[in-house]
Amino acid sequence: MKRAVRVKVNGTDYGRDVDVRSTLADFLREDLDLTGTHVGCEHGVCGACTVLLDGAPVRSCLMLAAQTDGHEVATIEGVAPSADELHPVQEAFWAKHGLQCGYCTPGIIMSACAFLEESPTPTDGEIREMLSGHLCRCTGYHFIVESIAEAARAMAARRKA
Amino acid sequence: MKPAPFEYFAASSAADAVDALGRFGDEAKVLAGGQSLIPMLALRLARPSALVDINRCGDLEGLTESGGTLTVGALARQRDLERWARPRSPLFQEVLASVAHAPIRNRGTVVGNLVHADPASELPALLLCLDGEVTARRTGGERTVPADKLYLAPLTTSLEPVDLATKARFTLPPDGAGWGFAEVARRHGDFALVGCIAVLVLNGGGAVSHARLGFFGVGGTPVRSAAGEALLLGREPTAGRCVEAARAAAAALSPDGDIHASARYRKTVAATLAERVLAAAVGRCRRPA
Repeated sequence: MKRAVRVKVNGTDYGRDVDVRSTLADFLREDLDLTGTHVGCEHGVCGACTVLLDGAPVRSCLMLAAQTDGHEVATIEGVAPSADELHPVQEAFWAKHGLQCGYCTPGIIMSACAFLEESPTPTDGEIREMLSGHLCRCTGYHFIVESIAEAARAMAARRKA
Repeated sequence: MKPAPFEYFAASSAADAVDALGRFGDEAKVLAGGQSLIPMLALRLARPSALVDINRCGDLEGLTESGGTLTVGALARQRDLERWARPRSPLFQEVLASVAHAPIRNRGTVVGNLVHADPASELPALLLCLDGEVTARRTGGERTVPADKLYLAPLTTSLEPVDLATKARFTLPPDGAGWGFAEVARRHGDFALVGCIAVLVLNGGGAVSHARLGFFGVGGTPVRSAAGEALLLGREPTAGRCVEAARAAAAALSPDGDIHASARYRKTVAATLAERVLAAAVGRCRRPA
């Protein structure tokens, strides 16, 4: 069973006929070739596939592509402001070694971007609570916490400047 | 693509969804937040032949507080309730912080969580402790089921496949009420191995005039402890009496053992958590002037 959807992804409008059984994660990766959204557990536990739906982080494996009709999705491909510039969260992950194999990273970056909008000056405890929704099998959590804290500082400094 | 084939129906209103459910009979499942249903479809633990998506039913949205009652529409997300609670209800705030993670709460609905009826879930126990109820509509009628008549067994409520849960109501604790919440889970956001909620109100003389002590994760459904509450009602909640009530409450439980925890462990933890939440509730009580 197919269904027509019109959805805005990273600012671009797409119209596609999707199989109703397709998840948003499958749709992004297979129909739109946006393979930056990684698929880990496919049942909502690992957080690797997290994207923003109308600005709020959601698991793209726990939503049907058909449900995105009329909505806006943001993925890791749309985070950097330009081809030769990183978003402060990406910059901080690079500077603080916040990734090892990188598989969980896109999901964490998406969550972190939304989290820092809502909590611009988070405590380490709040960062850890937010990270509890993401599994990193390389287990480099300390550096991830430091990266997000660094991103918060950098973004605060930018706002002041 | 992991789920078994299904027909997808996007309802445009509650009436439209109720119609569809009537038409599909017990072959359909309601898709609200989907945070439990979609994993079950992916694992093929659920194989409904139709999904009735209610996400476009504008008349199922909304979260309103009026006259001490909080009414939560079927489409209100757990995150909406969390935002409502932040400046108003530390009890709701603390409970919701333990419900999965932010990306799940952004999608997952309060009512969906309540009627999914996972025995280790926090919100059903909160509904029970706040004398809540769920309203369900089907072709030709609407009914309201109080929380203590809702939960029958794990993942099983007294609602039927043709029923659409349209809203839930929580009776907010009165001013001056004290509350406590605690759970033990392997990781933050996981389903609890054992959890406990208490709400206490004191009268002018310092005796307990209203007591709710509830547990989750200790059996097939959330439970209120008649034994524990009876030991507190009409009496001053001294530290000793709280310990006595906590122990009596835990002794009356008959939790199951599974790969996550043994029955004995759950019972021991239940007694400890009950002691802690009662102490916390007493500490937060304000006596009427």
